Amino acid sequence: MELLRLATAGSVDDGKSTLIGRLLYDSKAIYDDVLASALEVSKRQSAEYLNLALLTDGLRAEREQGVTIDVAYRYFATPKRKFILADTPGHIQYTRNMVTGASTADMALIIIDARNGVVEQSRRHTVIASLLGIRHIAVCVNKMDLVNYDQDRFDSISDEFQELLDGLNVHGSRFFPISALEGDNVVTGSDHMPWYTDGPLLAYLEDMDTNEHIEERPLRLPVQYVIRPLRHEYHDYRSYAGTIADGSVRVGQDVEILPSGKITQIVAIETPDGEVQEASNGMAISVRLADDFDVSRGDMITASVDAPRTTQTFDATVCWMSDSSQLTQGSMLRIKHTTRTTKVMITGLDCQIDINTLSALPGCTSLGLNDIGRVSIRTSTPLVCDDYTYNRTTGSFILIDESTNETVGAGMIGSPGFGDFGSI
Amino acid sequence: MRTSPYCSRYQVINFMNATIAITPSLPDTGQLHALESESIHIIREGIAEFDRPALLFSGGKDSIVMLHLAMKAMAPAGLPIPVVHIDTGHNFPEVIYYRDRTVERLGLELIIGSLPEAIANGRIRESTGAGTSRNRLQTPVLLDTIRDNNFGAVYGGARRDEERSRAKERVYSFRDEFGQWDPKNQRPELWNLFNGFIHPGQHIRVFPISNWTELDIWQYISDQGIELPSIYFAHEREVFERNGMLMAVSEFLKPGPGETVSTRSVRFRTVGDMTVTAAVPSTATTLDDVIAEIAATRTSERGASRADDRTSEAAMEDRKREGYF
Repeated sequence: MELLRLATAGSVDDGKSTLIGRLLYDSKAIYDDVLASALEVSKRQSAEYLNLALLTDGLRAEREQGVTIDVAYRYFATPKRKFILADTPGHIQYTRNMVTGASTADMALIIIDARNGVVEQSRRHTVIASLLGIRHIAVCVNKMDLVNYDQDRFDSISDEFQELLDGLNVHGSRFFPISALEGDNVVTGSDHMPWYTDGPLLAYLEDMDTNEHIEERPLRLPVQYVIRPLRHEYHDYRSYAGTIADGSVRVGQDVEILPSGKITQIVAIETPDGEVQEASNGMAISVRLADDFDVSRGDMITASVDAPRTTQTFDATVCWMSDSSQLTQGSMLRIKHTTRTTKVMITGLDCQIDINTLSALPGCTSLGLNDIGRVSIRTSTPLVCDDYTYNRTTGSFILIDESTNETVGAGMIGSPGFGDFGSI
Repeated sequence: MRTSPYCSRYQVINFMNATIAITPSLPDTGQLHALESESIHIIREGIAEFDRPALLFSGGKDSIVMLHLAMKAMAPAGLPIPVVHIDTGHNFPEVIYYRDRTVERLGLELIIGSLPEAIANGRIRESTGAGTSRNRLQTPVLLDTIRDNNFGAVYGGARRDEERSRAKERVYSFRDEFGQWDPKNQRPELWNLFNGFIHPGQHIRVFPISNWTELDIWQYISDQGIELPSIYFAHEREVFERNGMLMAVSEFLKPGPGETVSTRSVRFRTVGDMTVTAAVPSTATTLDDVIAEIAATRTSERGASRADDRTSEAAMEDRKREGYF
């Protein structure tokens, strides 16, 4: 089974830490000495119960404040599958860190307190997850023990949340009535809720197939590095190394080099396991080409049909992440897109998106920390790209401040495909 | 903790009584391909983008796997960057033997940052007193080595599952002019787009195997047939118990009053300075034995074998802020 990358986000008291703690403990990913040390600290703090956040909040400041500031990565495995869990902060001021954790996830775990129902924070997390292209969402209605395992409560929360999901680009979602504390429907089923028969969360995570594309997709191979061994046995050897961002590549296949537009053929494919005839999405490979063209880092080797766009102007959705500067029309920045770094100018700031209502806020002149907006961009050299909704790798970019070198923005090419601002 | 009345109310009891549905068998190794490609991608990015990167190589299993991945990333060309060893002077001879043989076999350039040398020329002063070690002293020597060689980036074999402050670290971890890590103000890191831009004097720590677990490392070593220093496998050794850990008797570390030496079958789960690296009782002499042992253990790697992480609750975070590995 493939690796599954999960992202969770939640507020302080919704039981996220307990749920993560249970998944980790029950799958043996928390060791006894680590648990014992957390217990020792809880005792010193005169807590009445073991504070499981001590296990996940890795920084001194987080433990002192009782707030998750930055994403923590946790790992657990069952006999069926390995999981990477990005435990991301829920507070709005740490949205940029939440976005960091969610950007690589295949699936989002949204946790809702059964007593409080769907609150603003769960809505915001779900919208951001969807914006980032996470197509699978598991909604855990937690603390069912505190609402007497009431089916009506679960149903009404599920219905309300489903309405939100209906407006988003989500392909698969499931709802789980759980008690992380008591263990209901997390790793095992529940005796308390005979009305729920769809199985526990972990079984769903284990069997989840996130592989979206059954149909053949055209090749995208951004060139990272040119390998030229300076040895006599490899005289004239030249291969182009990169990680396949989409589709697959075969020996003998016609490929187009972009942005030059030259057509050539694949002569050989090297993988970490040696030479192969065919390689597919996600593999770090190197290829040799039939012709000796000028190909360098930042170029893309693509299928000769259904090639990506080569362009210097495009529209994008940007999340601004700097607390010391703002994004405005005319901003000059560095962009990193696939393996290419160049300069950009923001030629237009169309609108800011209200992430809670999914509507466009009129009269926007700048984006500040954690604001999300629609912009028009011009680059100093052409980019080879797709829409983000088509491909997360060839459709994403980061913006870098030229004087501070800070990462100040994250962008997705094209429109995210939901909400009423699609027409703007 | 099983018997503590203190935790009678909440999670712990529930945790301990939980029906453990997961049988203790080994997960399959399908994840290794994904991890391998991810690491190679990161290594290639760094080599393509940085002026002068280097790879930290201690002869420990994690840096051995990282070096193995770096060789694959550049194949069939050789590794175009030097490897760096920060040498405390308190080495396991088996590890130094392994290091030198590997460097020679792969035709690598080895740069050594030496603590004994830095102590001799007065750059650092050895702390005295019971319970002190050269662990913290590695930081100034590492930073000097980075500065002296103008390294824009150094690759490290740290894993996020090792320790909770490491769980917070980016793949590209920015260090200021003083080599410091500011965990509350890390650069956002989205997708696989790493920001390696720095000003002169600053550098980036690059962690290509961030997402590997201890078990992944062992399964990969087994899968690839990677050779390791012999101390990773069970052998007879003179040890004594200190603070609940088994320390090896050596010219650098002798038992104190009341500490008795015995010969036991042990192996090392991590490899570091001999005075702070503890052995674990083990009869695992093959890779399969070790993997079975790791899969069944209830003690973390650092908890079992690193005295340096036991000094305080945030020992690793504090050292990392100063510029530690």
